[in-house]
Amino acid sequence: MSKGRFGIHGGQYIPETLMNAVIELEEAYDRFKNDPDFQRELTELLNEYAGRPSRLYYAEKMTRDLGGAKIYLKREDLNHTGAHKINNVLGQALLAKKMGKTRLIAETGAGQHGVATATAAALMDMECVVFMGEEDTVRQALNVYRMRLLGAEVVPVKTGTATLKDAVSEAMREWTSRIADTHYCLGSVMGPHPFPTIVRDFQAVISREIKAQLLEKEGRLPDAVIACVGGGSNAIGSFYHFIEDKEVRLIGCEAAGRGVDTFETAATIATGKLGIFHGMKSYFCQDEYGQIAPVYSISAGLDYPGVGPEHAHLHDIGRAEYVPVTDEEAVEAFEYLARTEGIIPAIESAHAVAYARKLAPTMDKDRIMVITVSGRGDKDCAAIARYRGEDIHE
Amino acid sequence: MSKIQNAFDHGKAFIVFLTCGDPDLETTAAAVRAAAANGADLIELGIPFSDPTAEGPVIQGANLRALRGGVTTDKIFGFVRELRRDVRIPMVFMTYANVVYSYGAERFISACRDMEIDGLILPDLPYEEKEEFQPLCREYGVDLISMIAPTSANRIAMIAGEAEGFLYIVSSLGVTGTRSEIATDLSSIVKVVRENTSIPCAIGFGISTPEQAGKMAAISDGAIVGSAVVKLLEKYGREAPEEIGAYVKSMKEGILAVSPDL
Repeated sequence: MSKGRFGIHGGQYIPETLMNAVIELEEAYDRFKNDPDFQRELTELLNEYAGRPSRLYYAEKMTRDLGGAKIYLKREDLNHTGAHKINNVLGQALLAKKMGKTRLIAETGAGQHGVATATAAALMDMECVVFMGEEDTVRQALNVYRMRLLGAEVVPVKTGTATLKDAVSEAMREWTSRIADTHYCLGSVMGPHPFPTIVRDFQAVISREIKAQLLEKEGRLPDAVIACVGGGSNAIGSFYHFIEDKEVRLIGCEAAGRGVDTFETAATIATGKLGIFHGMKSYFCQDEYGQIAPVYSISAGLDYPGVGPEHAHLHDIGRAEYVPVTDEEAVEAFEYLARTEGIIPAIESAHAVAYARKLAPTMDKDRIMVITVSGRGDKDCAAIARYRGEDIHE
Repeated sequence: MSKIQNAFDHGKAFIVFLTCGDPDLETTAAAVRAAAANGADLIELGIPFSDPTAEGPVIQGANLRALRGGVTTDKIFGFVRELRRDVRIPMVFMTYANVVYSYGAERFISACRDMEIDGLILPDLPYEEKEEFQPLCREYGVDLISMIAPTSANRIAMIAGEAEGFLYIVSSLGVTGTRSEIATDLSSIVKVVRENTSIPCAIGFGISTPEQAGKMAAISDGAIVGSAVVKLLEKYGREAPEEIGAYVKSMKEGILAVSPDL
């Protein structure tokens, strides 16, 4: 079995042209991850620049309204650039810089990872090119402007379904053509080894903080941790330090789109099967001949036909649960959190809020649930208004 | 020794790639026959994939046209069985790992043997992952073709040492597609290959003119052309086979001009 396996999942299914690049990345990461200077520099960036640690906020009104478990929100939406994506990007950009790279390329769906990468590139004086499905450049026009404002070039990808998977494919193609000065700053816990591990490690700060913050506030561990899952980076970040704490339920919320019984869904674990794509073995939405399915979700950030290999493994061994959440449920949760707590979550994060609304009332009042609000929802307001029939444009 | 060796028995080989079902399987069959009749020594039959991450725009287009036309792995298998009645030169499949994996690796690879497919090229299956299919390929006598890239450097000896069938040397960085110039120091790569294996090696990616094919064949055992052939299919559609025949003839002449028949 090759490197980077999570059970049977993971691996390095990529063209030979990229093999030395991922080997070089792995060696650099192994060298720097335990380097005190690197860690000090990264921690300073996370704290002083990105605003960590993010708050663990007791959502009292929501708790009272749902009448069950005590609900805490992990406020990744309060990070600089408005999402958890910055945690990973600062780590990778710093690593790339140490490796002597001068150029970052990235894929983006909702635009949050693209904005974070463009931000890090501006901060660290690096060139930046972001690949974004053409469909998504329309859905998330504001983020396209933000990336350009930050000095990045945004390349609209017209191939395939013109969404996140096509942006990943195009970023991979670009990387095969320019490796020497370029680091592919992958945005989720997916792709070939070592990306699922590197991104997980940089996002694990979320669960490390949740654990410490909750121990301080409540003196104990949560009973459930809930996060949305596309590729799965904020979810694995939220789960990681609880994986060994078997009493903590770990729940990933997939985008069901118009429902898991329709073709317009992106719920990979609910509807996909085992396959090999984008450098990894994992679960993918695909047809009987292995052609990757054109998935759909209202959320551009969850609109991906696969899931990170570590999630696939956590599913196989029953350590984490994965539940589908529809567009309609997510939009209702988006509106609910805004009205109830005065917090507008990203439509991605609203998928986690939606499931929490179902689960919390079934739990006793002495139970504790943590929902990761992975990003802020400003970017989604126009699209949600349109979903509700109001013709608003940015 | 596999039948792939036959492609290299008459001097430098000319290898043609095309995507099955672009624009339909009847045209693919006519194009393969035209290529074989005009001097192609080996045919790479592409099984289309929805997301061909190693391909440039030309072959991506072919994959989409073929899938839109309704071609499937099963239909391609039926077509190859038909083709094998009269086309005797070595043929290999080129596709992506998920196409083989989702079909069931053993079901796919045993079918290859039954329809006399001699090898399998999977651009997203590097040396580190070849155990995924290698044992089954050995069991059924299908060569799993290895690739070497301009970035392979210290990996060349390792890859060449275990290679089977022929070695596919990728001429340049990036994805498939025609290029005006190939800058990689391919002679040095071929030298390391020769030190580590006796199987033939052919160069592909970016080759479109008889002069380029001649140059590449002169420093290796053959030249592989894909995008240039696919462009003819894109341009001429069902009328392409005749054009492909003429093109293959000119390319083969380009190869023989610098390296005459042994």
